[in-house]
Amino acid sequence: MLEIKNLHVEIDGKKILNGLTLTVKAGEVAAIMGPNGSGKSTLSYVIAGKEDYEITEGEILLNGQSVLEMEPNERAAAGLFLAFQYPLEIPGVATMTFLKAAMNAQRKARGEEELTPGDFMKRVREAAAKLGINPDMLKRPLNVGFSGGEKKRMEILQMSLLDPSFCILDETDSGLDIDALRIVAEGVNALRGPSRGMLVITHYQRLLDHIVPDTVHVMAKGRIVKSGGKELALELEKNGYADYVEAA
Amino acid sequence: MAAILPMRTAAEMALIERYHAEKATLPGAAEARAAAFERFEKAGLPSKRVESWHYTDLRNLLREAPPVAGETSALGALEFDDLPHRLVIANGRLVDGKVSAGVEMLPLAVALKAGRAALGVAMGEAIDSVVDLNTALCREGLFLKVTGDATLHLAFAEYVEDRRSVMPRIIVEVAPGVSFTLIESHTGPNGVAYQKNAVVELLIGEGAKVEHIRLNAGGDKALMLSTLAAKIGTEAELSSLNFTTGGEISRHQSFITYAGENAKLRLNGATILKGRQHADNTLVVDHAVPHGESRELFRSVIDGEAQGVFQGKIIVRPHAQKTDGQMASNALLLSDEAAMSNKPELEIFADDVVCAHGATCGALDDSQLFYLMARGLPRVEAEALLVEAFIDEALEAVTHDGVREALAARVSDWMRARKES
Repeated sequence: MLEIKNLHVEIDGKKILNGLTLTVKAGEVAAIMGPNGSGKSTLSYVIAGKEDYEITEGEILLNGQSVLEMEPNERAAAGLFLAFQYPLEIPGVATMTFLKAAMNAQRKARGEEELTPGDFMKRVREAAAKLGINPDMLKRPLNVGFSGGEKKRMEILQMSLLDPSFCILDETDSGLDIDALRIVAEGVNALRGPSRGMLVITHYQRLLDHIVPDTVHVMAKGRIVKSGGKELALELEKNGYADYVEAA
Repeated sequence: MAAILPMRTAAEMALIERYHAEKATLPGAAEARAAAFERFEKAGLPSKRVESWHYTDLRNLLREAPPVAGETSALGALEFDDLPHRLVIANGRLVDGKVSAGVEMLPLAVALKAGRAALGVAMGEAIDSVVDLNTALCREGLFLKVTGDATLHLAFAEYVEDRRSVMPRIIVEVAPGVSFTLIESHTGPNGVAYQKNAVVELLIGEGAKVEHIRLNAGGDKALMLSTLAAKIGTEAELSSLNFTTGGEISRHQSFITYAGENAKLRLNGATILKGRQHADNTLVVDHAVPHGESRELFRSVIDGEAQGVFQGKIIVRPHAQKTDGQMASNALLLSDEAAMSNKPELEIFADDVVCAHGATCGALDDSQLFYLMARGLPRVEAEALLVEAFIDEALEAVTHDGVREALAARVSDWMRARKES
């Protein structure tokens, strides 16, 4: 599903990713854990297509197709979704207007009909109810004045409405209290399925108590230094990253 | 010793000659006209050496003074078609329309000759060459006396095939306690270098509420000069929005004077420019009495090699205590060649006031664009969404839903046209 091969990335001449290789299969939930500064967020941005990064070597394939030459919106239409660590505030753009524009833009890119207003409203209402999102929030400008928890819930709402085939969750647990974490994790778990892959990026093991991964990868100094099953997360929680950082 | 004569441009000479030739037949207000002409003759057209005209060098831009546009019966499509009460002013002359019960209307010439109206009474202490020129030479226009709640659309339309000029003057007196909405639209043909110098004077009575919306959708070669001079009475409110999208060169001036205490002003601007357009918003808000409140919000979106200018001056006179003034001008530049000049000024002579100003200028936010694109919006759509939201904040002042939506639709059409070109 997602294949990253020997990825080297620089920003302003500084190397961030150093030959990162990772494969996530359909139906698999892979977790990437690593200390601050190991390049986790850079990896998520590079997969989603943010400018400013120079890819000097390597390849990223989604369902066998290279995404490196694609614009971020083309990657989204191809099924990729990044839940941001820090969702952006967009003043003046009502959340509903944005959701409709995003859903219809992706449908259009895939050659599908636009949603009818009724169908759109129904989908949003149902998805919002599952995540405990107050309908009033949907009338407000996107993410403006939302709490950290509200912003993260809004990311998962978008994820469920846009129905992507591959999801990247970048530090989705940051800024969440334990109740909000549970709601968000339930939202994510509801989207797990045999045809969907997920990459969960996190600094702490606690998110992985709620979203239990199939595989865990340790990232240090811009590459994967160890891979294993879900028990690897527990070992990291106990022993920390120091050994891996030194070895990397 | 020979007298030293100032160097006159061809346009200045033509305008001076026109005044002398027409003086005897200009309708009414002879003294005000003579005083205005004397100032104009002395100062000439303002050049960039005049501080308030520094960014719009009119002396250089107005190279000739074309003849006055003639009568026309051609009527094309007009803006805001769904508003019930509309006066159509073609080439400066009233040709069609009706007003509602609370509005009395007289042709300018009749009102001036009868002494019902005077020229320049809403200008306060402001003196301006373009207004002087209009005062000296204006023939066409209207006097409106509003005594009951009303909404009126003045549809100014130019039907000219060649270089022509129009100089309408509108004088509006709003009685105490009345709510009045005045909408102006200005349209004209593309490809014709016509010139317009329109002045609107608003005298707002005690406790009256006036909403004023002006749309500049002039032709793409037009030189559009316009002035709103307003005097706000005690506890009265004025909200004015200038929306500029047309004209090659345009300058909208607002001279607002507080004539009574506890008056409120909201002055907004929305400007969208492309190609080589130049648009200037200049305002002077004169807090001459205590307890006045003013809010100014100007938003500009500039593409191509276009240039925007904002000059905002808030004056707080020595006894105008408890004045509360806030002014902001924000510009979005969509190309590397686009330019914006921001000049906010506060002149405060009282010591117990709250006044602030801010000016920003920048490109679209890359992080916001990336976020929207990562959700599937193509770049052009993401940009349009951000630009529309940016302008929308200045349009919030418009309470008439239909008018506000029509203006917002202009912004999205403009962005769509930008994508296609």
